Amino acid sequence: MRKTTTVKHREPLIHIAKRDDMAAWQAWLIRLAAILIGFFVMSAVLTALASTSSGKDLSFGDILERLSRSVFGRLFEGKFSQLWKFLQETAVLLCLSLAVTPAFKMKFWNCGAEGQALFGGLAAMFCMINLGGKVPEPVLVPLVILASIIGGAVWGVIPAIFHAYYRTNETLFTLMMNYVATQIVAYYVYANGQGSNVINPVSTGALPVIGGQQYLLNVLIVTLLTVLTYVYLRFSKQGYEVSVVGESQNTARYIGINVKKVIIRTMIISGALCGIAGMLLVAGKDHSINTATVGGQGFTAIMVSWLGQFNPYIIAAMAALVSFLQIGAAGAADAYFLNSAYADVMVGVVVLCLVACEFFIRYTVKFRHSKKGGALA
Amino acid sequence: MIGTIIRYLSSSIPLGVPLLYGSTGEIVTEKSGHLNLGIPGIMYVGSISGVIGAFLYEQACGNRLANMNPALAILIPLLSCIIGSVLMGLIYSFLTVTLRVNQNVTGLALTTFGVGLGNFFGGSLAKLVDSELPNIILTNTSSFYDVSLPFAAKLGWFGEIFLSHDFLTYLAIAVAILTSLVLNRTRMGLNLRAVGENPATADAAGINVTRYKYLATCIGSAIAGLGGLQYVMVYADGVWSNNAFGDRGWMAIALVIFALWKPTMAIIGSFLFGMLCNLNNYMPQFGVPLGTDTQELFNMLPYVVTILVLIITSMRKKREHQPPQSLGLPYFREER
Repeated sequence: MRKTTTVKHREPLIHIAKRDDMAAWQAWLIRLAAILIGFFVMSAVLTALASTSSGKDLSFGDILERLSRSVFGRLFEGKFSQLWKFLQETAVLLCLSLAVTPAFKMKFWNCGAEGQALFGGLAAMFCMINLGGKVPEPVLVPLVILASIIGGAVWGVIPAIFHAYYRTNETLFTLMMNYVATQIVAYYVYANGQGSNVINPVSTGALPVIGGQQYLLNVLIVTLLTVLTYVYLRFSKQGYEVSVVGESQNTARYIGINVKKVIIRTMIISGALCGIAGMLLVAGKDHSINTATVGGQGFTAIMVSWLGQFNPYIIAAMAALVSFLQIGAAGAADAYFLNSAYADVMVGVVVLCLVACEFFIRYTVKFRHSKKGGALA
Repeated sequence: MIGTIIRYLSSSIPLGVPLLYGSTGEIVTEKSGHLNLGIPGIMYVGSISGVIGAFLYEQACGNRLANMNPALAILIPLLSCIIGSVLMGLIYSFLTVTLRVNQNVTGLALTTFGVGLGNFFGGSLAKLVDSELPNIILTNTSSFYDVSLPFAAKLGWFGEIFLSHDFLTYLAIAVAILTSLVLNRTRMGLNLRAVGENPATADAAGINVTRYKYLATCIGSAIAGLGGLQYVMVYADGVWSNNAFGDRGWMAIALVIFALWKPTMAIIGSFLFGMLCNLNNYMPQFGVPLGTDTQELFNMLPYVVTILVLIITSMRKKREHQPPQSLGLPYFREER
């Protein structure tokens, strides 16, 4: 006989139940609160740490001022260079997040955005170096873009083929492909660096500067991609197929969707978008490449895409939030002689807060004597 | 030539140890049905917690080797490493078990957080405690950790390959074997595997699913964290440098698949990976000169091998080679 059968039955103190659908504005209020809690707690911690390291008595306001100044610069004095850097970072992060979104919607955990972008960037770099001067610039730039798209797509489709035919674990496959791409780039940099491990910036085949702003074209490209991704996922037949495969592969098969084809096609798109992000970094920003060109944003993009609930417009807002935290916290920590890795700590905490708050959106907690909860069966 | 091979094998073993800790920890966690992608972050936190403990102790001893007590010099970093890693495990299990949120996102966020925390304290610790040293160099503590077995030198090649290592290396092997025994030979292990395969069935059989998931995640994290400690105290001789630990955490996760969720296979796998990682350093001594560029290509080997193993195991589709059935899925009792 088990003991519990002899003990008088008591309701548990806390009881968790599924909540009916919450109004969207309520859910967003909870998420906003989560962001603010994470942000303010981590800023307060930074205030304390910065006071210790600099030996000054800093206030919370000092830190917030440093934070926003690192992101926006001195806007009121008419200096926009800082703001453009922020927009560029956001654009690249957004492009990577958009890239992984169709795959995630299909429940294909593409953790390889980093490698796909790097390989796309490498393809762009290869064209810029090897075709530069041999092909007229108006032909070269489209070639560079095309090469990056193909590069990213190839890197994305390899795990997809194996996943479609043999159900090979895609999370780890795409993850490992990141490091293979990194090592290929490392090889390329050493082989082309003329005795040093740096490739000097190449101007041939770079994206043209429009409106006098180096990053304007990048931002416009990503804005266009955001709208296109939204339309693709929301209104196209292929976007619908992606959702069905994500919800249930059996249903998809039953209604005549070729699941293998959808998986491979979606990963080509996902990889191609990553390739474009790599191209924006190589041809649109650095004009050079190294193993840290993507800088871990491929991993951040996975979180951004999930936080944006696979909706391109919300993802855009989340990308802006995350790059605000990254640039701001790094700048503020740096200003007080602390390591800029504080940015990662801050992003991690804010994302964890956002992830945790999903619980309060989907479930409700009932206490033993609460009248709302009612008696348990 | 023989001497080179012996040196190659002997120096490959310390490279495999962090991977062994990491993959054993991840196996324990995955057996409860949780794919913890936070392991890389947890290993960083384990590493930096140990470093902070050792740093503070060395400061308290006035940075003098003579003032340090060997037992404390080992225990303080060890305990702070375990505490740090278990705290990370608690965050992960609270979010994924109690709050039932997405495991992949939680894990990735935890990795971002953990790696950031490691690099932040690694780069700022000296400033925060106002020490005169600009960098974290814990050679004193390292000298207590990096002690080989006393009779190793007398046993020739056998001693150099197998016995010339520090106690954390042997602990890693012992932990892996113990984990294997617990998983396969005890009721606790059976229950844990049941939770990972089908939590609803386990729950119906009277197993406390939540407790098993929490325990497995926290113990797994503690084991993984030790890998970070071994890296900094033994392999890096007590010198912390930011990002030096690199992507070993991810490799450890990949090793779980390589090992087919068997800790004893992880022992073989991690030392094999250690050898692969070490190969580019030794190719010139084996008579194959490598340029700096081809060395980088050689560094690709462990990842390519992992991919091949992934493909081969998925093609063979053997029943005993599959991950726990409910891996990655949250469990909510009221849901069918």
